[in-house]
Amino acid sequence: MSHATAAAEFIADAERTKWHDETIFFVRKKRDLAAASVPEWELLRETASQIKRHTLSRLDEYLEQFEANAIRHGIKVHWARNGKEHNEIVLGLLKERDVNLLVKSKSMLTEECGLNPFLEAAGIEVVDTDLGERIVQMRHEHPSHIVLPAIHIKKQEVGQLFHDQLGTEAGASDPDYLTEAARNHLRDKLISAGAGLTGVNFGIAETGGIVVCTNEGNADLGTALPPLHIASMGLEKLIPRLDHLGVFLRLLARSATGQPITAYSSHFHTPREGQEMHIVLVDNGRSGMMGQSEFNRALNCIRCGACLNTCPVYRRSGGHSYHATVAGPIGSVINPARDPEKFESLPFACSLCGSCTEVCPVKIPLHHQLLAMRHELGKRHLLPMAKTVPMKVAGAVLRRPWLYRTMGKLGRVSLRWLPRFLIYNPLNVWGRQRDLPEAPKESFRQAYKKRAPQARSDQEKSN
Amino acid sequence: MKVGLFIPCYIDQFFPHVGMATVEVLERYGATVDYPTGQTCCGQPMANTGCTEDARPVAKLFLDVFESYEYVVAPSGSCVAMVRHHFHDLLPDDPRVDKVGSRTFELCEFLTDVLEIDSIEGEFPHRVGLHNACHGLRELRLGKPSEQMATPFNKVEKLLAGLEGIELVQLERTDECCGFGGTFAVAEEAVSCRMGLDRLADHKSAGAEVIASADMSCLMHLGGLARRKKLPLKLMHVAEILAQSTKTQPTPTP
Repeated sequence: MSHATAAAEFIADAERTKWHDETIFFVRKKRDLAAASVPEWELLRETASQIKRHTLSRLDEYLEQFEANAIRHGIKVHWARNGKEHNEIVLGLLKERDVNLLVKSKSMLTEECGLNPFLEAAGIEVVDTDLGERIVQMRHEHPSHIVLPAIHIKKQEVGQLFHDQLGTEAGASDPDYLTEAARNHLRDKLISAGAGLTGVNFGIAETGGIVVCTNEGNADLGTALPPLHIASMGLEKLIPRLDHLGVFLRLLARSATGQPITAYSSHFHTPREGQEMHIVLVDNGRSGMMGQSEFNRALNCIRCGACLNTCPVYRRSGGHSYHATVAGPIGSVINPARDPEKFESLPFACSLCGSCTEVCPVKIPLHHQLLAMRHELGKRHLLPMAKTVPMKVAGAVLRRPWLYRTMGKLGRVSLRWLPRFLIYNPLNVWGRQRDLPEAPKESFRQAYKKRAPQARSDQEKSN
Repeated sequence: MKVGLFIPCYIDQFFPHVGMATVEVLERYGATVDYPTGQTCCGQPMANTGCTEDARPVAKLFLDVFESYEYVVAPSGSCVAMVRHHFHDLLPDDPRVDKVGSRTFELCEFLTDVLEIDSIEGEFPHRVGLHNACHGLRELRLGKPSEQMATPFNKVEKLLAGLEGIELVQLERTDECCGFGGTFAVAEEAVSCRMGLDRLADHKSAGAEVIASADMSCLMHLGGLARRKKLPLKLMHVAEILAQSTKTQPTPTP
């Protein structure tokens, strides 16, 4: 289903759309306040962008350095070319240790790889311990937002879900009460899990360690109890030095939710005593993107979600309308960069307003990349005829001034004389909710021609 | 000072009075305006749809028509952004791209930056909501976008604020997109219209009588929605306001 069709379905519920838009725009406003509190905000963005671009330009060296340092500290490092290899590595680790319950903290990478259904099919229970992710997991859905996975769900709906599945009081919607219920439910799982899996926000080449940012402390609890910690990490999560971390930590939470910093920024630099720690480094199309010079800056992304929060299209169409793990402007770049045929409608789910580019803490020129992606689709002949045919006609007319003048006149005369029902026919998509402008008798060029001699002489007189 | 006037295709066809107002304002401040009749369009509809090959000859025609002018001025931030920032994607080897691009100005920035006009004389005693069109704001930097952490400025607002009796209303969202977005308006009709209706509601609750913008395409979309809903809002291009600022009654865009 194209984004436009899914978006129209979402928008059909006007009340919900308004609520979704306002809820997420509130997060954008919190971001503005938090960013404004840092006088060197724009310098920080530039610095972060340069660090990321530098890292990506020498990614091979930094990855090897990262691996060597991690191994030196007793961490085992695995390499996965794609999602399937990643899932098999994780399953292998769990099977070897007879683990039948895995607790996970937030990880968009495992969503991308489809880890949960893969492990469940192999008989392993997987429990997402991030509250939002747990809610969408209980609803058998996917996150609709990379930072706020359950942002599309109202608290009353969470109340109903918890009543059905966790036995909370019917009709309860108090967030404290519901969170407490989730906490108790998750604590049982955390205590009995045989392994904990985390995502990775930053991998530090210089130290071989990783940093995981959460607000709920679930990554800490999920790794502090079980004897096995697996960290799934996309290749692009690397930064060269520990010194660089401060730049990103200052930007990440402010951009994401308007907090000065996430409640927990947990460093894992060596396995705890009696524990094994494994890092699975995943490519899954990333190295392919590095080769696409137009789009490789999208690998700067630190998954803060600011571009989603500011995107007027995302706020009014919901994350699920993108039919992809990562929605919003950044998703509309990285998904078609990997699979242009499947995601051809996403670069067009954008009015090219440019707000995403302005909020991005690592300065990915998102709206220019979306535009470049449209050209890329054109080059590969992946644009639908509904786009190419009208544009071919428009191009043919607009490159010939005489034809343009003739067609313009014809159009205006038709609009003036045709009855309304013919103009507002079912094929006129513009006219479903909008009137067309009233067609004037004369075009500008006709009006100007008439006026020009008089005005010219007036001006000559006044000079 | 001789100015080559670029009147975007949809203004030529549907909003000739906006073009005439542009001429009036430019001439009032001493520019000699010349309108080369061989012009059509900047090529943006095709380029933004990804149809590079269809856009290229149109961009080339633009350069042929305007390359000899000292300045090119257009009453549209979006079309100027196309010429200044995106022609090089279409014509990477054409040396005229940089030359013409750097000489092409949106009307308001031409008034404030080239003609160095601080304030426009005249009065416009109305409550006005300024619609900051995205490409003017974020591609041409006619003002500081709300996302950026920098010293505030706004060239369009500055020109309007100088008019006597004008009251610029405070919007809840100062620079959110109206949802026009070129072919986006049709390809994503539901989202586009919803964005536009939300913008109209913001202006209405801020108490605006007139919505003003330096981009007519946004106003065409917003105006289309407003007329269908029979909202008592007038939509005016900034050029119209500046040209009419000696009169007391605003004339709505038809």
